[in-house]
Amino acid sequence: MNWHEKSLFELSQAISAKEVSSVELTQYFLKRISQYKGLNAFLDVQEDLSLRDAHFADELIAKGQAGPLMGIPVAHKDVFVTKDWKSTAASKILENYLSPFDARVVERLGVRGAGMVCLGKTNMDEFAMGSSNENSAYGPALNPWNMKYVSGGSSGGSAVAVAAGLTPIATGTDTGGSIRQPAAFCGITGIKPTYGSVSRYGMIAYASSLDQAGPMGKSAADCGLMLNAICGHDQRDSTSLRREPGNYLRLLGKNWSEKGQLPLQGLRIGIPEEYFAQGLQEEVGRSVRAALKQFEDLGATCIPVSLPKTKLSIPVYYVLAPAEASSNLSRYDGVRFGYRAKDYKDLTQMYERTRSEGFGAEVKRRILIGTYVLSQGYYDAYYLQAQKIRRIIAQDFQTAFTTCDVLMGPVAPQVAWKVGEKSKDPVEMYLEDIYTLSPNLAGLPAMSIPCGMSTDNLPIGLQIIGNYFSEAQMIQIADHYQRVSTWHQLAPSSPVISSGGAL
Amino acid sequence: MNIEEINHLAKLSGLELNPEQTKQISKELENILSLVDELQSVDTSGVEPLFHPIAVIEALQQALRPDEVIEGNNRMSNMLSAPAVDEGLYLVPKVIE
Repeated sequence: MNWHEKSLFELSQAISAKEVSSVELTQYFLKRISQYKGLNAFLDVQEDLSLRDAHFADELIAKGQAGPLMGIPVAHKDVFVTKDWKSTAASKILENYLSPFDARVVERLGVRGAGMVCLGKTNMDEFAMGSSNENSAYGPALNPWNMKYVSGGSSGGSAVAVAAGLTPIATGTDTGGSIRQPAAFCGITGIKPTYGSVSRYGMIAYASSLDQAGPMGKSAADCGLMLNAICGHDQRDSTSLRREPGNYLRLLGKNWSEKGQLPLQGLRIGIPEEYFAQGLQEEVGRSVRAALKQFEDLGATCIPVSLPKTKLSIPVYYVLAPAEASSNLSRYDGVRFGYRAKDYKDLTQMYERTRSEGFGAEVKRRILIGTYVLSQGYYDAYYLQAQKIRRIIAQDFQTAFTTCDVLMGPVAPQVAWKVGEKSKDPVEMYLEDIYTLSPNLAGLPAMSIPCGMSTDNLPIGLQIIGNYFSEAQMIQIADHYQRVSTWHQLAPSSPVISSGGAL
Repeated sequence: MNIEEINHLAKLSGLELNPEQTKQISKELENILSLVDELQSVDTSGVEPLFHPIAVIEALQQALRPDEVIEGNNRMSNMLSAPAVDEGLYLVPKVIE
């Protein structure tokens, strides 16, 4: 049986019908992980621990205690701390770090929660800083569609693992596009929920006012199923919202309007003109427009809207995120956890050498920028000014949502690029985040779904941005599209995966 | 940004840079700062800064929870990944002569 081609719903059914056990599924995916090691999707795999969890799940299944995710394997981005697997955030400074506790997301999904079996930890850009996975201290996760290309970032390992069928679904985090962009580059579906929906407890912090965890899977429906398990208030995260999340699948398969003949009749899709401006690769634009046409065929109406401050999202983000990062990363000092430099003459030098040797180049750049914009004399001009423009950006979205229900456009200006092609110039890489940053700044939910392939056979993603707390509607809309399209069902063929070899 | 400024910034950041890295980083930081300088072109008079994004649509209060012990003493597991410990204490180089 090709279990890696099945949806979570099919896997759940097969488990309930006793066609397959959790242990068998876990063994199946562990085997694929070791078979496709060359993709570098995983940073830590502990087969015996996964099987221990799978046995536990099977016992619960035998007792009839099976929720919809019970016994299904999952992979976690290495930014979530885990008791049993190493938690490194793909940094040398946390090499071999073992957390004394599980992140709330891991706990909620785990065998003592929803019942999912952890397959291991996936590769990422160091501390989630990057758009190509090349900032991992352990080498980049490679795009399974063509191993010469990047997987996107920062949740590249999770995207690769899902796209290559190494796990049925994975967790990711998104600070400026880190779920959506690798999902687009690898041809999978990913959702960044409304800020505050998912607990950040145990998520190694990058930029706390922007970081949000979410699912990365094969379809909108699969992602919704995981979202049901991870959302909800957590008193251990002070930014967690006190709000009943509800069932994210409650609108699945339903028509947008009760009176509508067509599934999405009455839906108003806002098309931000700034998302189709100069810089958008032609074939990306073409695929996105073709998808919009399909939404119109489903009954939706496209309406031009404007998000005038889109370009400013780049400078705003690259002030706020480094500022928060420089504070968050001050905890790595070589005393309480992780790496410590070998050679130093006093305490200060121990701190400095530990951090200089332990952090990669991009992390150091962002710490320095963050420290600069927060320092005396610059705070008002940079940090405060950026927080003010952030409000303008958030209000621009609210203005747009007075005339439309959701926004759609590309996820990224182009498809995946070649490994090494952009890693020389940090600013060049920052500009690639133009379409994904503003939803994080505004705290809005946003998702990526596959909508085409480039002439080089690389996936193209469509971005759907919703208003606050509209995830159920976004999943409903995306699911209607996935019922009439096949892009999300395409999978890279095995020969491409196995012929590449590790870089 | 001159070498002196970079060195001061590195000090504030708890980082040690060698002369070659300092030169390289000075160039990179200048590029990044010229990118973010675009912020100065926006008139934000009368606009309040936005710290928690959801504050755009609803008033948020500082989250408080009851001040009670919810976890036991995990000293040993907390110290598991420390580079140098001795009898439940973290070891650091001598600070006071």
